[in-house]
Amino acid sequence: MAPLLDRVQDYLPLLTQGLWLTVAVTILALVLASALGLVWAILRTSGRRYLAGPARFVVEFLRGIPILVMLFYIYFVLPELGIDLTAFQAGVIGLALIYSCYIGETFRGGIEAVDRGQTEAAKSIGMRHGKMMRRVVLPQAIRIALPPYGNNMVMLLKDSSQVSVISVAELTMQGKMLASSTFDNMTVFTLVAVLYLCLTIPLNMLMRQVERRMGAAR
Amino acid sequence: MIRFTDVHKSFGSLEVLKGIDAEVAKGETVCLIGPSGSGKSTLLRCVNGLEDYQQGEIAIEGARVDAHAPSIHQIRTQVAMVFQRFNLFPHRTALENVMEGPLHVLGEPKAEVRDRAEDHLRRVGLADKMNAHPAALSGGQQQRVAIARALAMRPRAILMDEPTSALDPETVGDVLSVMADLAHEHMTMLVVTHEIQFAREAADRVLFLDGGRIVEQGPAADVLTSPQHPRTQDFLRRVTHPV
Repeated sequence: MAPLLDRVQDYLPLLTQGLWLTVAVTILALVLASALGLVWAILRTSGRRYLAGPARFVVEFLRGIPILVMLFYIYFVLPELGIDLTAFQAGVIGLALIYSCYIGETFRGGIEAVDRGQTEAAKSIGMRHGKMMRRVVLPQAIRIALPPYGNNMVMLLKDSSQVSVISVAELTMQGKMLASSTFDNMTVFTLVAVLYLCLTIPLNMLMRQVERRMGAAR
Repeated sequence: MIRFTDVHKSFGSLEVLKGIDAEVAKGETVCLIGPSGSGKSTLLRCVNGLEDYQQGEIAIEGARVDAHAPSIHQIRTQVAMVFQRFNLFPHRTALENVMEGPLHVLGEPKAEVRDRAEDHLRRVGLADKMNAHPAALSGGQQQRVAIARALAMRPRAILMDEPTSALDPETVGDVLSVMADLAHEHMTMLVVTHEIQFAREAADRVLFLDGGRIVEQGPAADVLTSPQHPRTQDFLRRVTHPV
């Protein structure tokens, strides 16, 4: 077998390709999941039963489905209903749907943790619900929800490996293919793990930084 | 200005207001006193619809207060409130807190709102704290910002819910003196308070509540120095001679 460094050099280009795809899937899914999650949280805390009820149902429904099953469903079943998606699209949508529930619950926790005195003060100067959410509740809720949200981000990044099952050639998929063609399991999967850590560790550091900065503004 | 007509309010099966009849005239400072649980704060919170009531009527210059009607937002811009725990917006500076209502609810021009907000903060003695966040202010300073925030709405009346109860003793005086100034300038105020001394000096009238009813009311000097009802006598004896 060639020396370790040479093999690493051989494997890295393919793995890096996978890494970028992992980053792309994660960022797109995160943006979608956060936007949708915010919608779930706002509906669930609206105080209107005809909005909160359906939102709760959808969240509990989606959250109850394993990510793998969701991915299979979107990629293999939807085409039978005439909705054709690329593997990449299906992967992003599947992850985003499921994570919108986790992130939505995180946001809801933040919203509900904002002191009741804040909403009373906002009401007492004549604010309506929408403006009160935008200007008073959400800025404080986001600060409260930030640590668990950071956790959601890291989990989503790692769960993005699951889209390999519908043939999205992200980091884990590239690793698996490389390992089965070279039989160099140890080197390949160690590299894969290290590359994931190269993403998750800076992400954790970034979140701590943001939390500190937002805490300082209080 | 504010008229209560046979107001009844229940939390579930617990009736906390059992027929309140009273009036606050324009330019008058009225203090609501009474033991805890007597319904003072609840009555106050009904005036701007933070609580609803089941029977009777509260009217502000003839307009009925209904916590569930769309008109409540309009009413709240005219009746400001100062809370026991200040409830300043922690993510905004003192100045931004004061500007929030006129700028973002009433939609008034920013330069004008800023000038006025600065005036209000100067007048409550916080010229040097305009850009401080609430967390950097003492309780007394926060409460004075809250009063400035209420004034900035140019309200017809201000409701105060035990505005000095959460303060350190040494900061109470600053807040009370701002309140007394407002009273002397004939701002219409309805104040729930345990500060009997303040009521004596600044209030025009006092309402004594007990068990959800107004037991006694009248000019502050009369009610506080020579109360007629035994419950009022007993309460005043307890709060002025606590031992």
